[in-house]
Amino acid sequence: MTTQTPNGFNLDNSGKRIVVDPVTRIEGHMRCEVNVNDHGVITNAVSTGTMWRGLEVILKGRDPRDAWAFTERICGVCTGTHALTSVRAVEDALGIMIPDNANSIRNMMQLALQIHDHIVHFYHLHALDWVNPVNALRADPKATSELQQMVSPSHPLSSPGYFRDVQNRLKKFVESGQLGLFKNGYWDNPAYLLPPEADLMATTHYLEALDLQKEIVKVHTIFGGKNPHPNWLVGGVPCPINVHSTGAVGAINMERLNMVSSIIDLCLEFNRNVYIPDVIAIGGFYRNWLYGGGLSSKAVLAYGDIPENPNDFSAEQLHLPRGAIINGNLNEVHDVDPRDPEQVQEFVDHSWYTYGEPGKGLHPWDGETNPHYELGPNAKGTRTHILELDEAAKYSWIKAPRWKGHAMEVGPLARYIVGYAKGHEDIKNQVDGLLGTMNLPLNALFSTLGRTAARALESEYCSRLQRHFFDKMIQNIKNGDESTANVEKWDPSTWPKEAKGVGMTEAPRGALGHWIKIKDGRIENYQCVVPTTWNGSPRDTQGNIGAFEASLMDTKVERPEEPVEILRTLHSFDPCLACSTHVMSPDGEELTTVKVR
Amino acid sequence: MPATAPERVLILGIGNVLWADEGFGVRCVEAMASRCALPSNVRLMDGGTQGLYLLPFLEEADALLVFDAIDFGLEPGTLKVLRDDDVPSFMGAKKMSLHQTGFQDVLATAELLDRAPRLLTLIGCQPVELEDYGGGLRPSVAAQIAPAIALAIEELATWGIGVNPGQTASEDLADSSIRRDVYEGGRPSADDACRTGDHRFFPTAAKVRA
Repeated sequence: MTTQTPNGFNLDNSGKRIVVDPVTRIEGHMRCEVNVNDHGVITNAVSTGTMWRGLEVILKGRDPRDAWAFTERICGVCTGTHALTSVRAVEDALGIMIPDNANSIRNMMQLALQIHDHIVHFYHLHALDWVNPVNALRADPKATSELQQMVSPSHPLSSPGYFRDVQNRLKKFVESGQLGLFKNGYWDNPAYLLPPEADLMATTHYLEALDLQKEIVKVHTIFGGKNPHPNWLVGGVPCPINVHSTGAVGAINMERLNMVSSIIDLCLEFNRNVYIPDVIAIGGFYRNWLYGGGLSSKAVLAYGDIPENPNDFSAEQLHLPRGAIINGNLNEVHDVDPRDPEQVQEFVDHSWYTYGEPGKGLHPWDGETNPHYELGPNAKGTRTHILELDEAAKYSWIKAPRWKGHAMEVGPLARYIVGYAKGHEDIKNQVDGLLGTMNLPLNALFSTLGRTAARALESEYCSRLQRHFFDKMIQNIKNGDESTANVEKWDPSTWPKEAKGVGMTEAPRGALGHWIKIKDGRIENYQCVVPTTWNGSPRDTQGNIGAFEASLMDTKVERPEEPVEILRTLHSFDPCLACSTHVMSPDGEELTTVKVR
Repeated sequence: MPATAPERVLILGIGNVLWADEGFGVRCVEAMASRCALPSNVRLMDGGTQGLYLLPFLEEADALLVFDAIDFGLEPGTLKVLRDDDVPSFMGAKKMSLHQTGFQDVLATAELLDRAPRLLTLIGCQPVELEDYGGGLRPSVAAQIAPAIALAIEELATWGIGVNPGQTASEDLADSSIRRDVYEGGRPSADDACRTGDHRFFPTAAKVRA
C-alpha cells in the first residue's frame, strides 16, 4: 500500500527488502533497509543507527575549559571541528571575546579540516563508487596522458611514463596478494561506466591526494602545537605568535607561517587542477545518473561558519552561509537561531526513547533522556538479532532533529544551495560555472552527484578563504597585534553562577551544534547535535522521512545483491558513523553485508 | 636482530580512550613515557583513532612498534605479539564512512606507497569490555600495561635500542585532562550520569558491566 509523507514522498513497503548493514564489533551502526519493486526501483527506505555516543555521561561535572579535549576524541576524523564547536559554546556561555588573530587562525584550521576531509573523502572513499581501480590495469598509459592533458592542461603530472609507473605500482600491489584496495568491491558490476584510462587517471590522483593530505594537516601541527590531536583553548588559540623569533620556544615564527602559506598554495592548485577537473570528467560519464536528490530540492539547513571578524556570528558576516530553505522555495532563505526553542527540536516518536509528553519536540538545552528499546510488531528477528525493522514503530537510536518541524539535509550541498539562493557571489559563480561547463540545468544539483560536486567546489572556495585569512592575519601582525588569546575570564571565579551557551560550526559533513549548561564552574549538561543526526534521522511525529531515507527513494538498483547505487548515495553524505573504534582483527573483515529478502 | 639497527623508531598507541579497553594502546604509551627513558631517535605518540593522519609519521619511521586492542578471539586480557607480515593490513572498498579508516588501512596505504616501516611489531591485548562509553580500562587489561611495556623493551633490545628506567618527554601524548588517572578518576557516578543510556547511545544493559 502506498502512503504519502508530509514532505512529499510516496512510500510502499510491499516489495522485496534489501538490508545493507555495515558489520562491525560495536553494536548499533548505521544500517539501511529498502524495499524495491519488480523493476528494482526503491519504493521505501529506512535508515537506522546510533552514530553518536552522547557526551553528557562523561562531561557532566567536568571543567568546561577541558570539554574540547574530550569532544576531540569523539571522532577520528573531525577532531578539530568538535573542539572548535566546544570552545565556541563555552565562550558563548561565559561571554568571552577572542582576539582577531585567534579568529583567523581558527578559521584557517577549520578550513584545513574542510579541505582535508573533502579531498580524502572523495579520493579515498567516494571515488570507488564511480572509479574501478581494477579496470585501471587495462588502461593505455599514452591515452591516459592525452586524457589528463585534455581534462586539466595545467596539471604537470601527465606524461605517459608517469601513468605507466603508477599502473605498474598498482599491478605489483595487486599481485603481492594483498588485494588491499580491491577487496570487497563490486568491480564487475555494470554500474561502473568509466573507460580504463579515466579509471587510471583517477586512481593516480588518489595517490597524489594521499601525498597532499599529509601536507594539509601540517596547518594543524603548526597552529595546534601538535598533530594528531591539536591543542585548543577557551579564549583564543594556544599558540603564541612571535615573528621576530626572540620569544618563547614554539611560538609561531615567519618560517612556520611561510610553510602554511605554501600549503595553502598546494591546496589551491590541487583543487583547481585535479579535484574539480576529476569531478567534472567523472561526472560527465555519469551525467544521466541523477538519483539521490532526496531532501536537497526541498529542505536544507546550514548554521554557517568562518566569521570574517571575531565574536560576530551574524549571518552577513559569515563566509560559509547560514540559512534554512523549506518547501523547495529558493526565493526565501530563513535565518536560523540555535537558541530559539521553537527552531531546532528533537523528536523521538520513531527513536528508542520516550519523552514525558509523546509527540513533543525538545530543544537541546531541554533534552530528555529516557531510553526505551522496543521493536515494532512487524519487526522480524529478535531484540539482539534484527532481520527487518518495523519503521511504523520505533526503529533507531538516532533522534529526529527538525527545524521548525521540517526534516532537513545538511552538508556541503545544503551550504551551496543556501549560498546560491542568497546570491553569495563566490558560490553562485562556482555553481554557474560548473553547470555551464557540463551543460547541465540547475536542478541537476539536487542529486548524489550534486552533493559530490558541491564538496569539490567548496574545497576550492575554502582554499581561497584560507589565503584570505592568512593575509589578514599577516597584516594584523604587521600592524603590531600579536595577541592570540584573551584570558581575562580564564579563572572560574570570574564566571556567573549559572550560564548556558551554544557553539556552532559547519563541519565537513554539515551543521554541527554543541549546547552547554554550566553551573558552579562545572558542566551541568552538554548536548551535541551532529550533522549525521540530521541526515540519518528516522521519521518524525508527522511521518516526514529523513535525508538519507529521502535520498534513496526512486533509485534503480541493478543488482540487489550488489547495491552499489545505495552506497553511492549514502557515501555522498560523507556519513559519520560509529567512528573512533577500531580493534585490530586477523583478516580484512567484510565491512558491509547485504541481505536480500 | 635486524642487519642494521633502525635509525628512527615510532612507538604508537592506537585506540579510543572513551571506549573502555579500546584505550589500551594509548594508555600503554602514556605509561611508557612516565616509566622509561628512551633514546632521542625513538618517538612516543598517542595516535588515537586518527587513521590517515598518521601516515606521515609511519613514513618517517624505519621501525614501528604499535600498542593496540586486538580482537583475535583470545581470552580477554591476553597479550599477543605479531611481527611484520603477520600484522594484518587491509583496505576495504565498501566502507560506509571515512571513519572506518582504521589503522590497518594506514598500514596498507603505506605499503601501497612503498613507504612502510622496515620493521613492524604489534603488541596487542584482547579487550574485556569495549561497550562502556566514558569508561576506563578493566582491571585485567590495565594489569597488562606493565607486561606489554616489558615486551616492548625486549623488542626494542632486539632492534639494538636500549631502554633505561626514567621518563621520556613527548608532546605527542594526550592532553592532561584526559590522561588515564584524571579521566577515570573524574567519571561521574552512575547515579549522576546513567551508564546504560543517554541521548544517543544505549547499549543493552547486559553488556554494561561498569
